[in-house]
Amino acid sequence: MSAVLRAEGLGKRYRRRWALSDCTLDIPAGHVTGLVGPNGAGKTTLLSLAAGMLAPTSGTVEVCGGRPASGAAQLAKVGFVAQDTPTYSRLSVGDHLRMGARLNPRWDDTLARARIERLGLDPAKRAGKLSHGQRGQLALTLGLAKRPELLILDEPVASLDPLARREFLQGLMEAVAEHGLSVVLSSHLIADLERVCDHLIVLVDSQVRLVGDVDTLLATHHRLTGPRRDPPALPADQHVVSASHTDRQTTLVVRTSAPIHDPAWTVGQLGLEDVVLEYMRRPADGQRGSRPAALEVLR
Amino acid sequence: MIWLTWRQLRTQAAAVYAAVAAFAVVLAITGPRLLDLSRAYPNAVLDYLTRTDRNLYVAGLMVMALAPAIIGAFWGAPMVAREMEGGTHRLAWNQTVTRTRWLATKLGVTALAAAAAVGVLTLGVTWWARPLDGAQGGNSVTLGDALPARLTPVSFAMRGIAPVGYAVFALVLGVATGIILRRTVPAMALTLAVFTAVQIAVPLWVRPHLVPPARHTVTITEANFAGINVLEGPTPMVQLVVRASEPGAWVLSNQTVDASGRPVDTLPSWMVDKCIPPPPPSAPPFSSKPVAPEPDMHSCLTRLTDLGYRQQVVYQPASRFWTLQWAETALFLAVSALLAGFCFWWTRHRLS
Amino acid sequence: MEDSVIEFSLDGRSGVSPYLQVVRQVRHALRLGLLREGDQLPTVKDVVARLAINPNTVLKAYRELERDGLVAARPGIGTFVTRSLADASLAAHEPLRQDLRRWLAKARRAGLDEESIEALFTSTFRATAEQDIA
Repeated sequence: MSAVLRAEGLGKRYRRRWALSDCTLDIPAGHVTGLVGPNGAGKTTLLSLAAGMLAPTSGTVEVCGGRPASGAAQLAKVGFVAQDTPTYSRLSVGDHLRMGARLNPRWDDTLARARIERLGLDPAKRAGKLSHGQRGQLALTLGLAKRPELLILDEPVASLDPLARREFLQGLMEAVAEHGLSVVLSSHLIADLERVCDHLIVLVDSQVRLVGDVDTLLATHHRLTGPRRDPPALPADQHVVSASHTDRQTTLVVRTSAPIHDPAWTVGQLGLEDVVLEYMRRPADGQRGSRPAALEVLR
Repeated sequence: MIWLTWRQLRTQAAAVYAAVAAFAVVLAITGPRLLDLSRAYPNAVLDYLTRTDRNLYVAGLMVMALAPAIIGAFWGAPMVAREMEGGTHRLAWNQTVTRTRWLATKLGVTALAAAAAVGVLTLGVTWWARPLDGAQGGNSVTLGDALPARLTPVSFAMRGIAPVGYAVFALVLGVATGIILRRTVPAMALTLAVFTAVQIAVPLWVRPHLVPPARHTVTITEANFAGINVLEGPTPMVQLVVRASEPGAWVLSNQTVDASGRPVDTLPSWMVDKCIPPPPPSAPPFSSKPVAPEPDMHSCLTRLTDLGYRQQVVYQPASRFWTLQWAETALFLAVSALLAGFCFWWTRHRLS
Repeated sequence: MEDSVIEFSLDGRSGVSPYLQVVRQVRHALRLGLLREGDQLPTVKDVVARLAINPNTVLKAYRELERDGLVAARPGIGTFVTRSLADASLAAHEPLRQDLRRWLAKARRAGLDEESIEALFTSTFRATAEQDIA
């Protein structure tokens, strides 16, 4: 399966600060990939680099087999909906569709108009007069009707009410099912990511902490509770992600593909949110040694 | 892309074109009368101008002066800056159009629209003001009381095709400042400031040298002698006023030079004693020296000439009007092209 | 767009993965006779448009049902039920139900309350399930 997003040592620096450093990713096509991390972690930077809005300071990034924004053919393959779902406030909804039709050779006008109608948007209404959720839906329609191979969404549902959010995701998933679209979307809402994503990237402090298939992630991370054991002294194929101890009890989060036979431990399952939080909490030092393993986990 | 550019430019273009059309209609209505006047009274048109005519003349100057600046500020500055302010560049640059093509189409279409608007304006104003440029009043004795010839700085910039060059330049300048500053209002302000500075600098330092000016050295005779100025000060300076150029010329300098060709600040002091014509009876004496009886100007001037004094005039003859117009337009268009190249480079490589 | 025979729903807080929930809902419908042989399951597109879940989840569920021989996918047309579970009604497992009643009585006599019974059952059930996989 070809990679829809491939980055090697990708980095971006603004003046003194590295917004993204040493990012290496290989996302296969045909998946919905979630990008999660705290504010300021570099999510928007990564997505902007992939969309061709920014140029990298170091390293390379390749999207759908080409350098981002390197020409019309490449631009046609990638759709991007930025964080504030930009639309031209003076142009009407219909004007936006006309713009899409004229500027995109692969434009699917039937899809666009059907979607607009289903969403109840008035084609004559100016985009500036639409509600926030409606603007987001318009921006998403523009991205979908372009028929890209990869659609990049930066916090698309952040400021939508629950109903608008659900409708947004429904529309997105329908397009994924119907056209085999690959999606990379960033979000804070892990509940949403859990529903729609089958691939995950955790980005903290400008570095990738975890990347891989969601099902594998959930199957290989376990919570072990048992009597206090410090240091945990586990077999070599079980990597400790985090450990916490009280007087009598030790709780570990481990990552392993092998079954756990030690009877001293009670093994529990972790939800996606728990796994993500574990990796978001880990300090950066000690990172170097374990990051190659994080990547190796889930091929 | 052309559709999008036009769609975004629509309202602004409509406003400007409506204004241009209205002004053109006014000019078309009042113009023929001036033509008739100038044919009837070729040397004294000024005396027959009404107040409306004079106001329109001034209005013409102002419209032509402001039009390129307004276009630069209102069409040029927001072109990229507003997109960046509103974040819509993230929408535009993710359609299947490269940044270069996006900017090229926007710049090209807008430049054409600007050139057309200003072109119509300048055509109208030049045609309307033709009878008036350089016109004089019937009882003008000295050089005073005439409307400036069209070659002189004030009029030159508002006639012919130069305004089209200015408009294109102002537009590209606006786009460039918008790209660098990324904010519409500061970009508009900076565009106006830079454009004004350029419009002051060019007639001062560039235009005189676009085509090498003509130099003419004349002997001072009673025919062209027009008076003596005495400027009071620690040492009184005496200067001659000499009419030495053809009508309609743009005089760059008009100086007395001595026998070796060097310009002199002041004439020899015997001129003050012997050659100053008496002041008019009603004017208070401007010199404390007793005034000699009516001087013999002829002998004064002969003596001056014998000593080697001549008058040197550096000027652009009126016939050079169109040459200078084309030269200046070409200059502004070339600078616009350079600025546009910069805009493309910056948008492609530095903007995000 | 024709209406599907059944509709799926998702309980985000149940701790059961989405694809398993789909599988279970299909089996449940088969058992209750809501789904019969020849009925078409909702298309992947319809399911995700309603539930806003990843299409691969639905595909995974349908594939598992196909592996169990309950449904068959016809490319380009849809996924259809091939076997009903209604025959395997609970009535056919009456002896198992009796065994269970006896065990429950034993557990109560041993002094376990309801929560302990449930914990004992669940942990043993899960442990044996994992052993089967391992």
